Amino acid sequence: MDKSVTFELNGLATTAKPGETIWQIAQRLGETIPHLCHKDAMAYAPDGNCRTCMVEVEGEQVLAASCIRTPTSGMKVHTRSERAETSRRLVFELLVADQPDTAHDAGSHFWNMAKKVGQTSSRLPRSPRPECDLSHQAMSVNLDACIHCNLCVRACRDVQVNDVIGMSGRGGHAKIVFDMDDPMGDSTCVACGECVQACPTGALMPALLMDETQQKFPEPATKIVDSLCPFCGVGCQTRFHVKDNRIVWVEGRDGPANQGKLCIKGRFGMDYASHDNRLTTPLIRRNDAPAKTWDMQVNPANPWTHFREASWEEAMAEAAEGFTRLRTDHGPDCLTGFGSAKGSNEEAYMFQKLVRTGFGTNNVDHCTRLCHASSIAALMEGINSGAVSAPFNAAEDSDCIIVIGARPTVNHPVAATFLKQAAKAGTTLIIIDPRGQEMDRHADYSLHFKPGSDVSLLNALIYTIIEENLIDLDYIAAHVDNYDAIAANIIDFSPEKMQDICGIAAETLRATARTYAKAERSIIFWGMGISQHVHGTDNARCLITLATITGQIGRPGTGLHPLRGQNNVQGASDAGLIPMVLPDYQSVANPEIRLKFEQAWGSPIDPNPGLTMVEIIDAACAGDIKGMYVMGENPAMSDPNTHHTRTGLANLEHLVVQEIFLTETAMFADVILPASAFPEKSGTFTNTNRQVQLARPALTLPGQARQDWFIIQELAQRLGLDWKYADVSEVYEEMRSVMPSIAGISWKRLNLEDSVTYPCAAEDEPGQSIIFTDGFPTLNGRAQLKPVQIVPPDETPDANYPMVLTTGRLLEHWHTGAMTRRAAVLDGCEPEAMAHLNPRWLDKQGLNPGDEVVVSTRRGAIRLRTRADQDVSENTIFIPFCYAESPANMLTNPALDPFGKIPEFKFCAAKVETLETS
Amino acid sequence: MDLVKKFAHPGFKRGQGRKTNPGRQVDPEALRQVQHLLGDARRAPDELLENLHRINDHFYYLDNRHLCALAHEMRLSQTEVYEVASFYAHFTILGDNETAPSGQRVRVCDSLSCMMAGAEQLAEQLRANQDLSVELVPCVGRCHSAPIAEVGQKHILNADVESVTEAVRIGDTSPECPALESLDAAQARGGYEFLRRCLAGEIEADRLIDKLEANGLRGMGGAGFPTGRKWRLVRGNHGEKLMAVNGDEGEPGTFKDYHFLAIGMHDFLEGTLLAAWVVEASTAYIYLRDEYPDIRQNLDKAVAKLNASALTHNTKLIVRRGAGAYICGEESAMIESIEGKRPLPRHRPPYVAEIGLFGKPTLVNNVETLYWARKILCDEDDGFAEQGRHGGKGWRSYSVSGRVKNPGVKCAPAGITTQELIDEYCGGMLDGHTFKGYLPGGASGGILSASLGNVPLDFGTLQKHGCFIGSAAVIVLSDHDNVADAALNLMKFFAHESCGQCTPCRVGTEKASLMMAEDHWDQNTLNDLCTVMTDASICGLGQAAGNPLISAMRYFPEDVPSKLKYCSTEKN
Repeated sequence: MDKSVTFELNGLATTAKPGETIWQIAQRLGETIPHLCHKDAMAYAPDGNCRTCMVEVEGEQVLAASCIRTPTSGMKVHTRSERAETSRRLVFELLVADQPDTAHDAGSHFWNMAKKVGQTSSRLPRSPRPECDLSHQAMSVNLDACIHCNLCVRACRDVQVNDVIGMSGRGGHAKIVFDMDDPMGDSTCVACGECVQACPTGALMPALLMDETQQKFPEPATKIVDSLCPFCGVGCQTRFHVKDNRIVWVEGRDGPANQGKLCIKGRFGMDYASHDNRLTTPLIRRNDAPAKTWDMQVNPANPWTHFREASWEEAMAEAAEGFTRLRTDHGPDCLTGFGSAKGSNEEAYMFQKLVRTGFGTNNVDHCTRLCHASSIAALMEGINSGAVSAPFNAAEDSDCIIVIGARPTVNHPVAATFLKQAAKAGTTLIIIDPRGQEMDRHADYSLHFKPGSDVSLLNALIYTIIEENLIDLDYIAAHVDNYDAIAANIIDFSPEKMQDICGIAAETLRATARTYAKAERSIIFWGMGISQHVHGTDNARCLITLATITGQIGRPGTGLHPLRGQNNVQGASDAGLIPMVLPDYQSVANPEIRLKFEQAWGSPIDPNPGLTMVEIIDAACAGDIKGMYVMGENPAMSDPNTHHTRTGLANLEHLVVQEIFLTETAMFADVILPASAFPEKSGTFTNTNRQVQLARPALTLPGQARQDWFIIQELAQRLGLDWKYADVSEVYEEMRSVMPSIAGISWKRLNLEDSVTYPCAAEDEPGQSIIFTDGFPTLNGRAQLKPVQIVPPDETPDANYPMVLTTGRLLEHWHTGAMTRRAAVLDGCEPEAMAHLNPRWLDKQGLNPGDEVVVSTRRGAIRLRTRADQDVSENTIFIPFCYAESPANMLTNPALDPFGKIPEFKFCAAKVETLETS
Repeated sequence: MDLVKKFAHPGFKRGQGRKTNPGRQVDPEALRQVQHLLGDARRAPDELLENLHRINDHFYYLDNRHLCALAHEMRLSQTEVYEVASFYAHFTILGDNETAPSGQRVRVCDSLSCMMAGAEQLAEQLRANQDLSVELVPCVGRCHSAPIAEVGQKHILNADVESVTEAVRIGDTSPECPALESLDAAQARGGYEFLRRCLAGEIEADRLIDKLEANGLRGMGGAGFPTGRKWRLVRGNHGEKLMAVNGDEGEPGTFKDYHFLAIGMHDFLEGTLLAAWVVEASTAYIYLRDEYPDIRQNLDKAVAKLNASALTHNTKLIVRRGAGAYICGEESAMIESIEGKRPLPRHRPPYVAEIGLFGKPTLVNNVETLYWARKILCDEDDGFAEQGRHGGKGWRSYSVSGRVKNPGVKCAPAGITTQELIDEYCGGMLDGHTFKGYLPGGASGGILSASLGNVPLDFGTLQKHGCFIGSAAVIVLSDHDNVADAALNLMKFFAHESCGQCTPCRVGTEKASLMMAEDHWDQNTLNDLCTVMTDASICGLGQAAGNPLISAMRYFPEDVPSKLKYCSTEKN
């Protein structure tokens, strides 16, 4: 099997590569053997069930399915013998017999193949066929066209590992089912659409492409554009199908991060860009608008109560004038800018350059502050690099995977598929999270510990590894400093002492530690559950310690991977949208670095690091920050303690918001600049794997909306900067000149390759997917470990507020909901805010799922309905923060981690009351 | 309420949020019941079928609530449980709004031998009784006493309305087990002595293989692969090896494995342990069809005794229970079933001897084969190697049913002809019946006319007539039987038992059944169906499904319905 073999194909000597099937060989040589159940893609194992690819092998009694058969030496194969062709034609006749009179998709692969073999009719009687199932908002199910090829089952099970679709029954009664023959819309289907992408018959179709008779619209797409997904940090490559300047269907491309896969958001959530609420003209706040108050509201569909239309010229002049006036009157530090992790690298780079050189301050930040700032603080301190050490695909090479403080099936669904695939293939999966999750089913260990007790748990793991001598002495000797301090610090953290604090039995803690340390290759993935605490940096420090003292980093299948949230949070951070560092994390406090950038940019740079997000809001409340430029961020929804945030925004003298919708933040603006949505942009985006990828525009801008990079440049020019970028590529090439990490990734190369991993020093290098292979980029090349003590959550439950509130995301909604609430399928699936509570707890309180309740904390109260959710423990409330009508961040605690300055979104004291008692 | 600010939102305001997470939620009460029924049984995925039985045995049906709870308990997805449960005929799934069928369940065998003996009329008469829930089921393996009805787990032989009604009346639903020799008794008569000597290292494993090869023992499951060579192949593999015993004899007309398990349980088990010792299998799974609850009780008892003895020191025995699926007689389908999956036959290569159960090299032998292997190795085989007629070699157990005086398992020399079998072993044809034709190998082996009653019944001798011997299930037809009807019965059986994996078998058997039920057979199209089923099906079921149909058209043209000879029946 490992060697190539020579055999005879249609009388010609042919060499097969190792593992190559007859079908693939024929394909390589230019002959497409008919096929239905076979999909020529890596994750789809050939199944050989449809029997339309039969070929004749001399000396064998029956025909062979070429899709699954590999040739052996000397074998004589005939792909076009009469026997083989007769057989294929008859198989088509069998299948055509039961097809509906009018095809749901006449252009489907099935009918194309039927035409190819010349069999589009049948002499055979028809059998009863299943009814259609239109219960799902995004997909229509017409099983009367199903040919039982099993591709949707493989799509759901092998590729996406959602395990929703199955083949039930047997023989002629075999039938595709969702869960237990439930309507698709009522099932556990997560609507990734992989099955629709795989279905060759029209049985599973995007609902949007079907007319009322369940036939596909003729020519649904007039333009096809290869781009990316705008939602999470996985960085899926997409193919947009466009008609009438709307995206009607999205396919997954074979990108390095997604390998053809998408999730519900990327697949069915792109209609936000065409929503009626798009800002299409510049707006200026009316002189007679009501005074700004923290709880003011503007209807995005009718902003005229507070705003008036303006020309671009007027709006830009007004925007610039406000900043120059404040800069002149109060100095540059009264100004600030919030850039966006949703924008491109070029936009992020221009934005921070504008704030630093146009405003003259380092008060520039973005939502990384709310996500992984503490992770980055720990990583910079420990190994002087904030990036992932290995891509999430490294899970495939791993023997042990820890997922801690993360719910990848919800927040990084496509990355999760790789973790689930690995677990199914036998890799040990350890999940550590206070909440349960779908992936627990695949886990060897699920540690549902007490919220906020992360450090006790992690220190107990470190204790076990040290006490049981599971450390990698050679690795420590070669690459790790301060191990002795860790060993000394850990004395008080035995699993036996920690088990009551963290709620996990000592033996489980020990077993987990042993599994991680002893595995040949272990990797750690983490998310906001680690970072969004006042001890977030300490949590991440523990993870760094775990990986380095066991030598589980720098090799294939090992490493540290903070799963990045936004599609370009990695790139925006790399580009310098951070108050302390210039592009490529070069410290603004370092005079040499500053000098380099001052020369490159032809402008002085403030030597003082700027304020961070929450600090900026505090300063706005205090009146120290007076002018703010926001591009594509929504702090009014995303920052903790909304009342305080909105008070700060209302207090600003000059707020310019560059947006695609009138967000809760834009409501406070003095000038609103209508900007570009993702599918209208050209630019580069860097995913969690450090893959720099190219997005291409698929839609034209609505109304007078303009490209973000162009607006930033226009503002810069009005602030006195001499910027003359002709297009995005020029910005990128300038970035490349000041960022060694991407020196080898030219714009031209990206256009050819679509995706290149950084660091990449030269154009002929592939880029390093695994880094720290020989030490770390610290001064002495060694990791600097930091021992940590237990820091309790800032606000713990008490008699008045007896429960723990934790916040996060849902699969269907992105961040503050500005985009996804305006995507019909996504909002349709999760249309309103729900408080997720344990069903037993609800029972005890005499509450039913769906009842209205008030959830309150010391900072505020919101009204919403309850959802019974087994994943939440009995004293916990989970509320997603994407709902403007019931903003969870009204409740959250703005207490900060002292190092990362990240708020404690994951823990505060709260109570739930019925409407009567509250 | 004034405290709580009402904010606007940009959503579509379509409907309310879900009250639970998406999909069916686990019902706490159902979960408690499932946990109780499973007790301390393993929750590993390969236990799925066993766990389904635990629930089904208790409730007599599978409720969606229990399936959902079982999925949760076994950490499987809901569909993984549902698709397995819905495959097997012995599980009845109750949907959300369905109630359990009322009345005592009575199964009437509708395979050929039973139908020839009036099973259809019996079922019809029983259906008149409102207190019964009557269903027709495929061959239950007691064909020599046709027709058969099952009341609960009780087999009523030569059933009639009276015997069935009486069994229902007195609640006689427990299986009637054949007498089981105790392990002590078996050992007292010299049983397991040979195994003990092997385990003690007194005999070389290769010697056993040599002896089987010298005696020419071939697999009795149907394919006739030389047993010694198979043992040698598996033995030659490295790493952990497993064994799976095929006791899923479902070929209509076949009841020889039942016979050997009834008369020689310990000979079979010693044969199993000898084979396992030779190939160094750590575990031997014995897969027994669910239609034999009487045999299962005996087997469970005997295996429990053995597992507690030193005889299974090297090889653990595990009994696995089928659930009503003919396809599980196909070795790779059986392996999938043991793994707790839908029993879809695997593609070859690779062969199970290389990659079998749980991905490990696996020896698969039929029950009877192991019985004979032990007999040969212990020299208790009554001169196996010297037996044979017309060029055949060894003993062969023919399951004879149909229109003969004395049907039953006939241990006869391999290569005997049907005519000889009828005359010498079965006391001739039933009175008033004339020999018209016969099925040499159950449903799949085709049908031959009486004029070919002198063809030796052995491996390879029937191929030139379009037939094969398979499991040696000989069903004798007489002038009272219509062969086209018989062929339709068999085609319906294949359609019922097709796993549905590949198109030719799934669709082909179904379409052929529909077309053969018509007043006129479109023979061109039927021939095409047979061609594609034979050439393009994945496993033997589909490849052989056309045999009876082809035979009927070839040897019994007078029986083929042909009312519209001069009209075209071509359809679009």
